[in-house]
Amino acid sequence: MSKEKIFEKGFFLVAFSSISILALIAFFIFEEGVPLIWKVGARSFLLGERWFPSQGSFGIFPMIVGSFWVTVGALIVGVPLGVACAVFLCELTPPSVSIVLRPTIQLLAAIPSVIYGFWGLIVLVPLIRNALGGPGLSVLAGSLVLGIMILPTIISISEDSLRALPRTFKEGALSLGATHWQTIWRVLLPASRSGIVASVILGMGRAIGETMAMIMILGNAVQMPGSILDSTRTLTTNIGIEMGYATGDHRQALFATGVVLFFITMGLNTLALFISGRRRT
Amino acid sequence: MISRHTSQRVAKGLIWAAAFSTLAVMIWILLQVLIEGLPLLSLNFFLDAPRQMGRTGGIFSTIVGTLALTAVAIVIATPLGVGTAVYLREYTREGRVSRVIRFGTDCLAGVPSIIFGLFGFVFFVILLRMGWSILSGGLTLATMILPTIICTAEEAIMAIPYSYREVSFALGGTRWQTVARVILPNAIPGIFTGVLLGVGRSVGETAAIILTAGSSLLMPTSLFSPTRTMSVHFYILAREGISMEKAYATGAALILLILAINTLANWLLWRYVRKVGG
Repeated sequence: MSKEKIFEKGFFLVAFSSISILALIAFFIFEEGVPLIWKVGARSFLLGERWFPSQGSFGIFPMIVGSFWVTVGALIVGVPLGVACAVFLCELTPPSVSIVLRPTIQLLAAIPSVIYGFWGLIVLVPLIRNALGGPGLSVLAGSLVLGIMILPTIISISEDSLRALPRTFKEGALSLGATHWQTIWRVLLPASRSGIVASVILGMGRAIGETMAMIMILGNAVQMPGSILDSTRTLTTNIGIEMGYATGDHRQALFATGVVLFFITMGLNTLALFISGRRRT
Repeated sequence: MISRHTSQRVAKGLIWAAAFSTLAVMIWILLQVLIEGLPLLSLNFFLDAPRQMGRTGGIFSTIVGTLALTAVAIVIATPLGVGTAVYLREYTREGRVSRVIRFGTDCLAGVPSIIFGLFGFVFFVILLRMGWSILSGGLTLATMILPTIICTAEEAIMAIPYSYREVSFALGGTRWQTVARVILPNAIPGIFTGVLLGVGRSVGETAAIILTAGSSLLMPTSLFSPTRTMSVHFYILAREGISMEKAYATGAALILLILAINTLANWLLWRYVRKVGG
């Protein structure tokens, strides 16, 4: 075989590394987790409200609810702020300013999640405890921190889709006598809807997947949160907290929690890819 | 009825407020840690071994652990990522195969880090018998940063004008010669930016590392030693309330490291854009 052929085959094989890794991850998480779901029964695993691993009861419904509320809270905080920042970067500042702002937002993405968690723990938690009562370690604190953490995802993808619009959209609206804001609100934002929705879904995926920051500020009680001031536990934090000492069925139950998480994030990702209709970069 | 000019003023005011509060929160987060932590940093803190679980002493072994894990991750992920990008851009057209590869890469980018941790634990730590070690942790990190490296390398390769390839082929260069002598040398600044982003992610990662590299404070002696990174150390100090003072100091060191990596990446990108654009 010629050198050219060898290199071509080599690159071909290497190119399959990411999809193979994805397949390996799916295989091993499922192999460890699925037997337990069969044993307990999918229904009582997903909808059971009792999580007492030492007594053999594995119901992750409180964690599903916890993940859901924290993620909804994060979106309420992050989406308006993120889309506003994207509009700000594209429409309200001259390029010279956005050149400075963009790296700053990238930095927001690069700050380790434990730093966010720490900030939540020493700033937000006491603030919430003193101002609103409750333990402070709460859905509210988690939502606020996650809302900030998903900003870079929402801002960068929304900004890309706003910038991808043809100039003529804006010129047309302005020449019809619309104000700049009317152009943004009625023309530019609706036209880049698919990109913005994709950014929100990817932000959602990031929020659901966050672990360490949430362990630090959610309080981690296995309970259905009754209000946003209650402590809660998410799917990820359940794994993160108990994986250190779990054995046997308990450990398999954590992998089973991982299976649920894997399905949720894969679903969100596929949905985002489908909606944006093109690859995110 | 509110005039459209008034509503424009209100809306723009809100957007300015949103942008500035984002900036303000970011500065708050950084300053909160830096103001308390920076005065505690000293050469001894960086070079001393942690003692009493980190209550006293420094963070030397965690710095070594961070560097070692990151190095393993980069050494493994860079060739795989750049190879994938080269294949996608230089060896194949857009089609079913490239769609499958891209889908895999995008999905891998969306997998939560705790899942990578679980995978690394069953696969590297247990099945391949590497134990909690630098190698297990580094390999797990490599799988996590692969999508980032693929994306940035692909963009760097895409930015190379088509005429470069035409010239190379016209001079009788083969495909591999074109890749090795024209494409890769020109794409290096972009590839390096991606690698730095991967370094940043490795340095900041916690969840996956605790499950695969352990959290030993001992000085690692080989690739098979367990270790603790700066992020993990920071997390344990803060969460278990071992020492808030040391937590602040470690956090400040971590932020400085991330700032340095990010600044370098941006500077490279800026220089590169200027060169290509000019």
